Amino acid sequence: MTTQLLLVQALNGLQLGVLLFLVAAGLTLVFGVMDFINLAHGVQYMLGAYLGAAFAAATGSFWLGLALALPAALAAGLLLELLVFRHLYDRDHLSQVLATFGVILVLNEGVKVVWGAAPLQVPIPPLLEGGIEIMPGLQYPIYRVAVLGAGIATAGLLWWLVERTRAGMLVRAGATNPAMVSALGVDVRQLFTMVFAFGAMLAGFAGVLAGPIFSVEPGMGDNVLILAFVVIVIGGIGSIRGAFVAALLVGLIDTLGKSLMPDLMRLFLDASAARQAGAALASMLVYVAMAAILAFRPAGLFPVRAG
Amino acid sequence: MTGIARRLLLGGTTGLLAAPAILHAQPAGGVKIGLVAVQTGPQAALGTQLRDGFLQGLRHLDGKLGGLTTEVVHIDDELRPEVAVTKVRAALERDRVDFVVGVVFSNILQAIIRPVTEANTFLISTNAGPSTFAGRGCNPFFFTTSYNNDQVHSVIGQACEDAGYRRVFVMVPNYQAGRDAVAGFKSRFKGQVVDEVYVPLTQLDFSAELAKIAAARPDAIFTFMPGGLGVNLVRQYRQAGLANIPFLSTFTVDEATLPAQGEAALGFFSAASWAPNMDNEQNRRFVRDFEAQFNYVPASYAAQSYDGAMLLDSAIRKVGGNLRDKDALRAAIRAADFRSVRGPFRFGVNHYPVQDFWLLKVARRPDGKFQTETERRVLQADVDPWAAECRMR
Repeated sequence: MTTQLLLVQALNGLQLGVLLFLVAAGLTLVFGVMDFINLAHGVQYMLGAYLGAAFAAATGSFWLGLALALPAALAAGLLLELLVFRHLYDRDHLSQVLATFGVILVLNEGVKVVWGAAPLQVPIPPLLEGGIEIMPGLQYPIYRVAVLGAGIATAGLLWWLVERTRAGMLVRAGATNPAMVSALGVDVRQLFTMVFAFGAMLAGFAGVLAGPIFSVEPGMGDNVLILAFVVIVIGGIGSIRGAFVAALLVGLIDTLGKSLMPDLMRLFLDASAARQAGAALASMLVYVAMAAILAFRPAGLFPVRAG
Repeated sequence: MTGIARRLLLGGTTGLLAAPAILHAQPAGGVKIGLVAVQTGPQAALGTQLRDGFLQGLRHLDGKLGGLTTEVVHIDDELRPEVAVTKVRAALERDRVDFVVGVVFSNILQAIIRPVTEANTFLISTNAGPSTFAGRGCNPFFFTTSYNNDQVHSVIGQACEDAGYRRVFVMVPNYQAGRDAVAGFKSRFKGQVVDEVYVPLTQLDFSAELAKIAAARPDAIFTFMPGGLGVNLVRQYRQAGLANIPFLSTFTVDEATLPAQGEAALGFFSAASWAPNMDNEQNRRFVRDFEAQFNYVPASYAAQSYDGAMLLDSAIRKVGGNLRDKDALRAAIRAADFRSVRGPFRFGVNHYPVQDFWLLKVARRPDGKFQTETERRVLQADVDPWAAECRMR
């Protein structure tokens, strides 16, 4: 493998990391602040993608679709919170897992009823068409550069919101010690609703951005959700900074693992076996890394909750 | 063992006892079809294609198979083998279906083939065509109107040979069907496989693999990426500017995924025994009426199921509506005395079709919709590689 290819793969890893961060950011906020396991975060991402696709098709513009999908995703999040999640905050994690899993099933079937089972098409907006040649014969799509930028901007914005604003201070305080925050006269319920709606909008935003790259189809959120959980566990639950670092780490490990493992295995096995074993190992690598990191830092890289 | 034996025995006796009751319950000469089509999960679009194809066949036959009033029992296998077995058993024992038709995925077929055939009921697969039942495992009660999977992959191997490609990059998902695809491809491709890449079935982003392809600079790539995987790959392949490297695939670009792939798939290749543009009277009528009825372009799943309906119609007609004489019925199905939408069609000894295979190319139709179109015939009257091992004569 040439240095050039290695650099390209590192860039691809960062790209995947930024996409994962967009999904994981909302999840870590909700999990961290509310101690609420929201398995339905993945379907909220899917819902965002569908809403973006539907609005883009209706208005003929990706940007209008994005602008309309964000408040719609926010509204859908608020509705879900009102109908389902609000009643679960005081229950144990098992009840939350069961109920939010139910939401996954309902929404996965729901989008199929409304939009059909076949994947939808979301064209790249004309403004961001084309690519930059990063190695002979390989274009890096401009749209992906834009997604990279959007992800980093989101990370910056979230950092500012959480670290530099009053609402952010309450969120951090709520993540560290919710009982104390409540005792100080803050309406924790309202705070929770706000965080939840914001998390839903972040998931929807990630979904809309993913539309032109990934297949918009029922169940598209399920794979992403698993990786997003890996990210927030590695990063430390509730930590935006942790989610960002962990997402980049997971993206890099996954992408570099996929490209290097088969070659590495060839040192021990014959070519055909090495390719299959390497691929199998590479897909495990992220989880192995998670286990290793948790062995040394049980609360993740940037733990939030004291004790 | 005794439990199974008893159940079989009980099944047999209730069958005998219930026979007169059925004659009362149904108007003389009705036929019941259990139609197995996945309607749950991400692959439901394929099940819908399969179901609609069969229903379109029935519509052209005025709701009658071989002159018998036909009732369809819809079975959603949910792509879960254990669910499929339970539902199919219920269809056999409670609904007393005369035929089981359909099945998109091989693992579902593998689960239900024993319950169905052991009840002496004919199972007509209109899509799944694993090698398991083509060779030693061939079964007198099992027919398929599709193909053996290996044949389709080998078509691309042959097409690469014919085109003179010497260095081909291969990429498939890391599971049994993916490894079978590579084997099928290599059975006819004699050039150099520059790299074989196996990706997880949950793969989202193909950037890493696309960079590898660009670095390897192959003459062409061969891939098998069903469903959403294929949608992701095709779009990202185009976006990465790799489309100047010929894209040859199986089950990756078809009418089920083209609405989502759109322009990104233009000019990409696929292999099949049927395409919507095939120029014969039967096919023109099928495609025209199917689109008018269901408002989307049919894929091979629909075409093979349409053929399945026509096949049953011809067989039931041949035996004069007598479904009890299984041997006569088998001979009638085997005769395949119907006009297939793909032109020439007959069954081999193992009840798998002997047919032509084509290289297909994605094209945009005048109405703006996308479909695969025949590029050239690659294999003629091809017998699958397992048929010789089948001892059914």
